Amino acid sequence: MDIGVLLRAVPDPVEELELNDDETDLDRDYLGYVLNEFDEHALEEALLLKEDTDGSVTAYALGTADEVEQMLFTAIAKGADKAVKVGDGLGALDAHAQADLFVGALGEHDLILCGVQASDEIDGQVAMLVSAKLGHPHVSVVVGTSPGADTLTITKEYWAGITASYEVSLPAVLGIQAARQAPRYVAVSRIRQAQESGALTETDADPPSSSSGITITAVRIPETGAGAEMIDGDEEAAADRIIELLAAAGVGGAA
Amino acid sequence: MTRGVNPKVDPGRVLEIEHVEIDGMDISGHWNRMYEQRVIFDYDIHQLDRVTELDGGESMGWCYQCAQCIAVCPVDHVGSYGPRKIFRNLQLGQDLFTDDDLWLCTTCANCLRVCPKEVDMLQIMPAVRKEAVLAGAVPAELQDVFEKTARYGNPLGKNAKRRAAWTKGLDVEVPLISEVGRKVDVLWWVSDYPSYHPRGIDASRALARVLTHLGVDFAILGADERHDGDSMLRAGETGLFEMLAEQNIETLNGYEFDVLLTTDPHAYNAFLHEYPQRGGTYNAVHYTQFLEERIEALGLTEQIDRTITFHDPCYLGRHNGEYDAPRNLIDALPGSEFVEMWRNKENGYCCGGGGGGMWLDGLAADNQNMRLSEKRVLEAVETGADTLCVVCPYEVSRFEDAVKSTNNDGNLEVLDIAELLATALGLPTD
Amino acid sequence: MSGAILVVTEHLAGSFTDATFELLALGRELATDTGTELEAAVVGSDVSDMAGSLGAPDRVLVIDDPALESFNPVGHADAVSALVADREPSIVLVPYTSTGMDMASHIAIRSDLPLVSYCQSIDPADGLSATCQLYAGKVEADVTIDGDRAVFAVLAGAASAANGRGDGSPDIEQIANPAGSGGGTVFTELAEPEAGDVDITSEEVLVVVGRGIESEDNIAEAVELAEALGGVVAASRPIVDQGWLPKTRQVGKSGLTVAPKVYLALGVSGAPEHVEGMREASTIIAVNTDPQAPIFGVAHYGWVGDLFDLLPELTDRLE
Repeated sequence: MDIGVLLRAVPDPVEELELNDDETDLDRDYLGYVLNEFDEHALEEALLLKEDTDGSVTAYALGTADEVEQMLFTAIAKGADKAVKVGDGLGALDAHAQADLFVGALGEHDLILCGVQASDEIDGQVAMLVSAKLGHPHVSVVVGTSPGADTLTITKEYWAGITASYEVSLPAVLGIQAARQAPRYVAVSRIRQAQESGALTETDADPPSSSSGITITAVRIPETGAGAEMIDGDEEAAADRIIELLAAAGVGGAA
Repeated sequence: MTRGVNPKVDPGRVLEIEHVEIDGMDISGHWNRMYEQRVIFDYDIHQLDRVTELDGGESMGWCYQCAQCIAVCPVDHVGSYGPRKIFRNLQLGQDLFTDDDLWLCTTCANCLRVCPKEVDMLQIMPAVRKEAVLAGAVPAELQDVFEKTARYGNPLGKNAKRRAAWTKGLDVEVPLISEVGRKVDVLWWVSDYPSYHPRGIDASRALARVLTHLGVDFAILGADERHDGDSMLRAGETGLFEMLAEQNIETLNGYEFDVLLTTDPHAYNAFLHEYPQRGGTYNAVHYTQFLEERIEALGLTEQIDRTITFHDPCYLGRHNGEYDAPRNLIDALPGSEFVEMWRNKENGYCCGGGGGGMWLDGLAADNQNMRLSEKRVLEAVETGADTLCVVCPYEVSRFEDAVKSTNNDGNLEVLDIAELLATALGLPTD
Repeated sequence: MSGAILVVTEHLAGSFTDATFELLALGRELATDTGTELEAAVVGSDVSDMAGSLGAPDRVLVIDDPALESFNPVGHADAVSALVADREPSIVLVPYTSTGMDMASHIAIRSDLPLVSYCQSIDPADGLSATCQLYAGKVEADVTIDGDRAVFAVLAGAASAANGRGDGSPDIEQIANPAGSGGGTVFTELAEPEAGDVDITSEEVLVVVGRGIESEDNIAEAVELAEALGGVVAASRPIVDQGWLPKTRQVGKSGLTVAPKVYLALGVSGAPEHVEGMREASTIIAVNTDPQAPIFGVAHYGWVGDLFDLLPELTDRLE
């Protein structure tokens, strides 16, 4: 099975986010980017399917951040056969533009995997936008795949642990929620080898053909704890207060 | 009364005479039973071969099982471990590449000190771990630290840009070398825990005050400093070490300084033995050595009414032979009394943090009956000391946790020598 | 505003989901504000009776197709996309759920409409605008929309489900499936989660661990605290994805919805997907090292600090 996997760089969730001066976007000057965690699962599922079917994996990423090349080298080190960096210095893009660029860059694949969502997809999910543009069968919120002859059996999660199984004909596009197993570790020396491997190619980005039709006019960091009573002091003070609260709620045997 | 033959033995190999009497004694039947000679099988030593075939793994095959190592292995004191046992298990077919045993060695070097055959676990363990890391067979807790270190340049996963945040609000100036714009006498390599861990920060702030008191012309790298990589190398993440070393050497070679002052013995070890082969040659000094040379200039005046014992860091002591500098500093503390633990200097016990052990607490808990740090804290308490002095930033948090978990809260305080010196100088505290 | 407000409903095993009623409540507000009608689309097999039970909409558009008895990502998306293309509603409300995610993009692309995701409120006055949550709830964004029509993928909690039940009796309009029946994707079976050792939805005290718990081994400390409180440990999605706790312990969008007396969140950041599964808890106490963590937005009490400093203190006090 020949699989394409779409990878996105997103702001590192551990970063303290700051806004730009006119408060219409994050202040991206010093922002660190990481691989979108759902895309990391999509890559893992792609690699598992490659192993199941003696197939191949091509990883695609858009040149939206400096960290993208490292993500692609990591994908190669983990077992992707090829990696394609689409465009360079593109900066932050909305989901419609990302979907257009991915569709323009994609080769022929039996299956396209992408993380089910990313934290910055304000104008729709890239995975399903790509499926709509390609007109392929699609399933979102996928938590497992198993290859058949010309089809793929996939497990989709509804909610509360309820799942449904589908037979999907290929080619198809899947939005991956979680791979069958936790994403694998790859040694840094393998990543360094990947940098020398020549498996990374760069292509120019076609200009996005569609507009999302929405404009962000203002962003703000919600005042956290607006409704919460914040407990001051060290852990001992916090523990004392929490025990009081528990007692007030009638639990902990302290009531 | 006759006795049955072990059913596992081929009956054709049993030699037995039904009726025999010798000198009036009846030794019939099983009383005279013997077995035919048999070939004693060779061990299948392919698992041992897998280790000895590795670059650095050769000496595993030299073990002749004298077991001197077991007596000094800190892990054996809280479980069952040591080079001899590893050798024996390999003979018996253990796959070390996937066994928990691979990750329990702290590379403390006490076995090598006593080994008549020079079986060198400092080479063997990293060599096997390197293969395990390449195969992706890494304990999850350690994998997490590898990922954080690769991404953020420190094993705590803290924001690299906030590496100098510990200097905020300090009453003395800690300049960044990038902003000084000239050669400095001393470039202080602060390291990760002293930059980010609350108790490490306490020691860093104390040391900054002491250096300022001495009038030392010093600066730090701040956000440009990354993890030294030494423990990653011992834990088998060779590529991560190479990457960090390249980045650090590039950074360091961009500045001029006379002395590279290290807080962390692991960084000190890397600068002495690993970085020079990669183009990074520096005059690296541990801060206890730097301060010992300046004891007179310090002019310690304030009474330290403490009974102090001292823990030798493996990578300062056994690995690099420095036992005296910290002891001379403790001796210079006015009014204090110094007591040794029974295992000290060359035979000092390990805190458990070396060789990746710093980040393998869960694995250690599954395989040991107590933490090495707990064992060591019990030894410190036994001396009657009220203070455990440390000079390695891995140790403060490890020993403080161990003081709590062994119910010695209030009996023993863990302090960095820099904190003790700052107090003896009457410098402000936070 | 010309077209109606259309709610794309979601149902399983003969019942509409809470998300559906929340959208109907939101849709009713929008219909009142704009003076338009509220319509609901129900796609399935033999769903007319169920469609008639909806009290909030003015009209229910029923696409009855035996081939779409169970949710079909392609079939349902195609059917609703064709319906929207044909009837041209002004606002399409899709739940930001597992089924909604399969439909929203297709509806928008097919009719060339803007799509607003992670949407938490919509303002139809003075042109169409909305407020969304980005970066796992760490940032709120105001957006304006080109034109006067759009598709919205709406987060849970945008309106109260109780207000969406209504007691009217809508017109039922049967529509032949205008699209195929999910060609290329065939539903095979539904699986309920395996019963766990505990049912976290019926527990009064939950100690909930998130990414901040750092490693599998640290969970034991939380278990100890939970036991001392007479409760159990639950978790946010990353912990379950790591395999550190079973799926039956997961709170949130892809897990379970809980409403215990006490919800003690340790190192849980509070992404919207998590919050939708726990915001009804009576007393929410959150502990996190990040003062910006969105969990403090939903908590009743919060402490900014290290959970590993706090845990032993709490356990000590409960012994």
